[in-house]
Amino acid sequence: MSAAVVFAACLAPFLRLAWLACHAGLSPNPVAFVEHRTGDWAINLLCAALALRPLARLTGSSWFMKRRRMVGLFAFFYACLHFTTYLVFDLEFDLGQLAEDLVKRRYILVGFSAFLLMAALAATSTDGMIRRLRKNWQRLHRLVYACAVLAVVHYWWLVKKDHHWPAIYGVAVGSLLGCRLLPSFWRKVVV
Amino acid sequence: MRFRKRASPTPIPASEITPYETYLSRRELLAGGTGIALGAALGFGARHAAAEAPAPLAYVRNAALSVSEPPNSYQDITTYNNFYEFGTDKSDPAARAQSLRTRPWSVSVGGEAEVTGTFPLEDILKGHALEERVYRFRCVEAWSMVIPWVGFPLGDLLKRFKPTSRAKYVAFKTLYDPKQMPGQSVRILDWPYVEGLRMDEAMHPLTLLAVGLYGKTLPNQNGAPLRLVVPWKYGFKSIKSIVRIRLVSHQPPTTWNETAPDEYGFYSNVNPNVDHPRWSQARERRLGELWKRKTLLFNGYESEVAGLYKGMDLRVYR
Repeated sequence: MSAAVVFAACLAPFLRLAWLACHAGLSPNPVAFVEHRTGDWAINLLCAALALRPLARLTGSSWFMKRRRMVGLFAFFYACLHFTTYLVFDLEFDLGQLAEDLVKRRYILVGFSAFLLMAALAATSTDGMIRRLRKNWQRLHRLVYACAVLAVVHYWWLVKKDHHWPAIYGVAVGSLLGCRLLPSFWRKVVV
Repeated sequence: MRFRKRASPTPIPASEITPYETYLSRRELLAGGTGIALGAALGFGARHAAAEAPAPLAYVRNAALSVSEPPNSYQDITTYNNFYEFGTDKSDPAARAQSLRTRPWSVSVGGEAEVTGTFPLEDILKGHALEERVYRFRCVEAWSMVIPWVGFPLGDLLKRFKPTSRAKYVAFKTLYDPKQMPGQSVRILDWPYVEGLRMDEAMHPLTLLAVGLYGKTLPNQNGAPLRLVVPWKYGFKSIKSIVRIRLVSHQPPTTWNETAPDEYGFYSNVNPNVDHPRWSQARERRLGELWKRKTLLFNGYESEVAGLYKGMDLRVYR
């Protein structure tokens, strides 16, 4: 399977949103709809990116490891759309309002932290950066787990009452983090 | 992006409109034949056959108590709902509320009143002239709509039950039946949904018991067959599908207040100056508009209702 398939799969949610936008399909509240869907896909693809390592272990194929950058960058792409929608349509570019939100509302603070962290990881995702940062690159990019945890906390804190989706993501990210933290235990399970 | 389509109100001559009671009894006759035959022919179960299609109502437009802002489309009003009894997504109620049976329906009235008992909906509605009132509707989640409700003042109904001097509050309850309201099988809220008003709020001429919108009976997802509309309060105060009204002497428990007392007060008057702990209430997104607009104190009904709260600190009595 070629990388193009992964690219197409990652782009599909965006194309769907674009199609819905052209066909009045973004619900009666298009801004909230776009915010929710782009947020969903940022966190979905973060989880997918984190799942590639265990998948590589399970299958013994390096193909999965090579897809991490593309999937991770797509997660950042959706996070950008998510943040931009909030900045343009909720804040109307009012940075004072952004500062107030960051101080007053903890779910915005953790969400924004996750976004900045993802931006740093995206900026250092090039081959050149990998070479230049050497050992530090790996240390830095382990922070993708922190992004995922912050994203789940962001989701958990923002919902009004129904926590079942944030809980599902919490279990997913928790399991993936568990896999990473306990490699020896995990290896035993697989073998 | 979708933009508002201005609704074109086509006045229906009164002679062409079936009075509510006549309509209901006609439906009853028809339901025995056509409904079941059609349901069977299409292979629908009882679940689908149960839903009542919205039907035209006889009403008079109350321009004095209506806002001049253009109403949201019927589509917006009936597909974007918070009605957790049918699921927590805004599109769930429209998709799932067809399992609610609104016929027959009865409302029990009790507590501090001379006349109490359980009354069929027809008796509740009897003698009340229906009015159309176009009200602003502001959700606590910072979105809003403009809705042409059809209903009658709650105060007119309450007077019929002759509240005693001990009646200081009115408590309302929504139907509890997880078979009809599948969202109730998940304990997201402490079912059944309950709400309440202070007596003077309940008797205020703006407080409406709605049976319809856009000139037709309420679709299930909008709280059929009988719901409260309190336009100066956040939407969750306007309890849907009411089965019990009680006149009580003490402030009754209300569902969202019990669920998260720090986030939702008993009064829950629309107030741009008191933020929800997790978001600002200063502005709102009117559905159909791209940019947010300023939220008005008491949702723009300040001149009518501010007197009810004279001397009360609105930050304390949220």
